[in-house]
Amino acid sequence: MNVGAGFKPAPTILGMERVEFITEEVIDEESGFRRETMMLNMGPQHPSTHGVLRVVLHLSGETVVKAVPYIGYLHRGIEKLCEHITYQMCLPYTDRMDYVASICNNIGFILAVEKLLGIEKEIPERAKVAEVILFELGRIESHLLGIGTNAMDLGAVSAFLYCFKERERIYDILEMVCGARLTTSYPRVGGLPDDLPENFEGAVRNFLKVFPTTLAEVDKLLTRNRIWVERTKGVAYVSAEDAIDLGLTGPALRGSGVPYDVRKALPYLGYENYDFEIPVSTDGDAYARYLCRLEEMHQSLRIIAQALNNLPDGPYIADLPEVVLPRKELTYKRMESLIRHFVLVYEGFKPPPGEIYHAVENPKGELGYYLVSDGSGKPYRMRVRGPSFVNLQALPKMVEGAFIADVIAAIGSIDIVLGEVDR
Amino acid sequence: MSLDLHVVIDALKTNLPDTILDVKTFRGETTLLIKKEKIREVCHYLKKDFDFKFVVDITAVDYLEFKRPRFEVIYYLHRFGPEFDENMRIRLKVEVSEEDLKVDSVVPVWSGANWLEREVYDMFGIEFVGHPDLRRILMPEDYEPFPLRKDFDVRDREASKKSFERALREGE
Repeated sequence: MNVGAGFKPAPTILGMERVEFITEEVIDEESGFRRETMMLNMGPQHPSTHGVLRVVLHLSGETVVKAVPYIGYLHRGIEKLCEHITYQMCLPYTDRMDYVASICNNIGFILAVEKLLGIEKEIPERAKVAEVILFELGRIESHLLGIGTNAMDLGAVSAFLYCFKERERIYDILEMVCGARLTTSYPRVGGLPDDLPENFEGAVRNFLKVFPTTLAEVDKLLTRNRIWVERTKGVAYVSAEDAIDLGLTGPALRGSGVPYDVRKALPYLGYENYDFEIPVSTDGDAYARYLCRLEEMHQSLRIIAQALNNLPDGPYIADLPEVVLPRKELTYKRMESLIRHFVLVYEGFKPPPGEIYHAVENPKGELGYYLVSDGSGKPYRMRVRGPSFVNLQALPKMVEGAFIADVIAAIGSIDIVLGEVDR
Repeated sequence: MSLDLHVVIDALKTNLPDTILDVKTFRGETTLLIKKEKIREVCHYLKKDFDFKFVVDITAVDYLEFKRPRFEVIYYLHRFGPEFDENMRIRLKVEVSEEDLKVDSVVPVWSGANWLEREVYDMFGIEFVGHPDLRRILMPEDYEPFPLRKDFDVRDREASKKSFERALREGE
């Protein structure tokens, strides 16, 4: 943190001129002391802002009078880039948004394209169930990081290490399935690019067996930890009405007592067939959001167990020659397959003109893709409704009037990823 | 579903006549084309009478090669039902021409529209009248072009160079 001293104006960085340096001087009536608010730059290079978030804080003593978030330091123009490439080529860009749970972004995008093409009914059951398993693993992965870093920012480093140990196991499963650990780019439009590896089921079952122990350990380390409770309880409060009005989604909304989850409200991937609950807490503070995340991991385990038991054999990709690439071996042997491969890679498949919005429940909230097709092989417009972007605008509401140390707890409890905020 | 989308559309047609210009359905999603001047009124009405308390997304599309008026601003609204399967979504659209790049802001209706409208302004240069804090959000404050417009040249580095040099100068 660099403290802007009161003697000369802090150097103007872009956009700073709108922030007054010293906002007001107040004489305290009781004591006669003169008070003034001080401007403090938190970020963009601050370890607990989870990336490159800059918050300009106006402080009176240790109390935050005004907080103004500045974003855009990680803006790569993904929406513009995607207008120039085919749908299938957009997929790796979606990894780079919420890179903590990239598999969830991938599946969300694939589902949106499938909806635009109108082929949801053709997707084989095996692909859908496998996607549910991977999606929930992604959720656990993201929540572990969310809880772990939130705890670490507040000084509880051991919980962070317990969380990261388990994330390794999920990375191993992802590596086994798609060859990459962080930037997965995994499913394809129409299903899975290749069948699940043989030991996939065993690896996930092993994870299901081992993970609850760690979850219990994290629970023991934090839930009744006096310091953790005091740092998060009553901090960063948002009421249910404000949460809806601000457009919050994910644990931030459910922590305020609104039982809204895209998996239940607008089911995709057959989520309506799974038996799971939506954890809700009515306290609306950072502790409530933590409890929601913790319980959501338990529910994810339930979903994964059910999905594993129902994982059917059979085809893993739809039989749609106009959308799905032919198998690589065939392109070496058959002329038709080679031509089809060439056309699909070079021009891409062509959805009919129209527009769709498809939402999935990402670990951080509702991730929506709004795709506009003009009938060509490239999206005319791809808009990403990132949950972190919308959730972050609640930050001023959460921290104004609180202490500066609570800003750290608040940022951690919204669980933002700047790659998704700035896109 | 306890409430049907037709009920909403019919109520809009009777209570606010001449606001809906077109109704389109594609892949099960209904889009209403709303008269630009009436958008805030329609949003207020939908929130008050039909409980559309949640604004999911606001975005815009530039149809430069396809039609005039050139821009469309899109609002995606959500209504929480008492049960999960009674949730409802609706998409509103207004057309914005290049000559008059102004739309009424819906921030007075939902404060969550704040950053979403700022992003549309940042990327398309559409001004939201009545927005409390309309300035660039992702791009640098002194950046001139609007990057998501279709006539934006991706290879032209001049504008970013200018902002970067200014930042360097002022950082000294």
